[in-house]
Amino acid sequence: MDLGLEVLFKGQNLMRLLGGLGVALQISLISVGFSIPLGILMGLCMTSQNRIGRFSLRFYLEFIRIMPQLVLLFLVFFGTTRAWGWNISGELSAVIVFTLWGTAEMGDLVRGALQSIPKHQYESAYALGMTTVQTFVSIIFPQAVRRLIPLAINLITRMIKTTSLIVMIGVVEVLKVAQQIIESNRMNSPNAAFIVYLFVFVLYFLACFPISLLARYLEKRWR
Amino acid sequence: MNIEFIQKVLPLYQKAAVLTVEIGALGIVLSILVGLCAALILYDKIPVLRWIVSAYIEISRNTPLLIQLFFFYYGLPKIGIRMEAKLCGLIGLGFLGGSYMAEAFRSGLEAVGQMQAESAYSLGFSKLQTMRYIVLPQALDISFPAFMANIIFLLKETSVFSAISLMDLMFTAKDLIGVYAKTSESLFLLVICYLLILLPISLIGSGIERRLGRHGFGS
Repeated sequence: MDLGLEVLFKGQNLMRLLGGLGVALQISLISVGFSIPLGILMGLCMTSQNRIGRFSLRFYLEFIRIMPQLVLLFLVFFGTTRAWGWNISGELSAVIVFTLWGTAEMGDLVRGALQSIPKHQYESAYALGMTTVQTFVSIIFPQAVRRLIPLAINLITRMIKTTSLIVMIGVVEVLKVAQQIIESNRMNSPNAAFIVYLFVFVLYFLACFPISLLARYLEKRWR
Repeated sequence: MNIEFIQKVLPLYQKAAVLTVEIGALGIVLSILVGLCAALILYDKIPVLRWIVSAYIEISRNTPLLIQLFFFYYGLPKIGIRMEAKLCGLIGLGFLGGSYMAEAFRSGLEAVGQMQAESAYSLGFSKLQTMRYIVLPQALDISFPAFMANIIFLLKETSVFSAISLMDLMFTAKDLIGVYAKTSESLFLLVICYLLILLPISLIGSGIERRLGRHGFGS
């Protein structure tokens, strides 16, 4: 049976697929780039004493968490056009949504990491006469970062996996390119869908697996 | 907001929500079965099977559900494996969820002290009895938070089913936006439906979580 393996290597197809994956990876990395600093800020606010601030951040986190990311994408992509007449591209909507989502997730990770530091660490530092800033910079952060980094790296793989959704709001990424390639080869190799989608599957695996391994390695090493 | 329009399309959303819940629930049951088997195989270190299970977990956890579904629904028929969309969605959710559940159960099993199993053996429990009465109940208790998080995660993941032309909530919303251009009403109903499905589960989950895990044996 002809599975159309040659379709993958025909013309620019391979480069186009990789380029499509590049678009997805770019969007996820930009979103992670925004999410990490914003998430750290959010995590710090969530552990602060301000009740109203804490409550509103909690609400934000729970809402973002409970909505499927695809719903959030629809809200931003279709909703903003309707509500304010903005006509933002799929790529920009994706970056906005994944930054909002990533910030919420990262904020919760930072909160968890900060709260996992035993209270006596803070108290001992204060007892030694350190200021709040000194305590955080030289006592709390070094310990929290070790717990945080593996989880933050895991967030990157989750972000990459979630980015696959952008095809649903019309961004041309790897899955869309795959569809185009299959369509244009419908006549000469009708069975190419198997090999092309398998290839996309493998591409995503190759993008995420090394990052997952790194996260696991760091988690074991720093335990 | 156009109330008349909302009333008109409400039945469509209701139908879609039922489909989402139906496939979601069956998919979660399938995930639990797959996950439990996988976790027990890893825990018991059964040769060969254990490698297969590890490979499955890595593959499933490191690829998005949307890509898995495309491969199952559009790729596999080309080599003669045909499924209807509903079954495909169910299998896709089971394939994804199985590995997440396996990880949850495995970490639960590993967290149960070695002493527990040894004490059970010395009291004359068989291997099966030890698992059934001593290790598993404690492990399930420990893995409950992760288990609950997985259930919500899997229900959320059902939102990609519209990609394989299942008429779920996303499909309905997109369809109505396309046909009637009633964007705010369609999106409003979409958010409400997902909240109605997910919020109770989330609340019940954290309620149970608060009750569990107060008792530690042999620790």
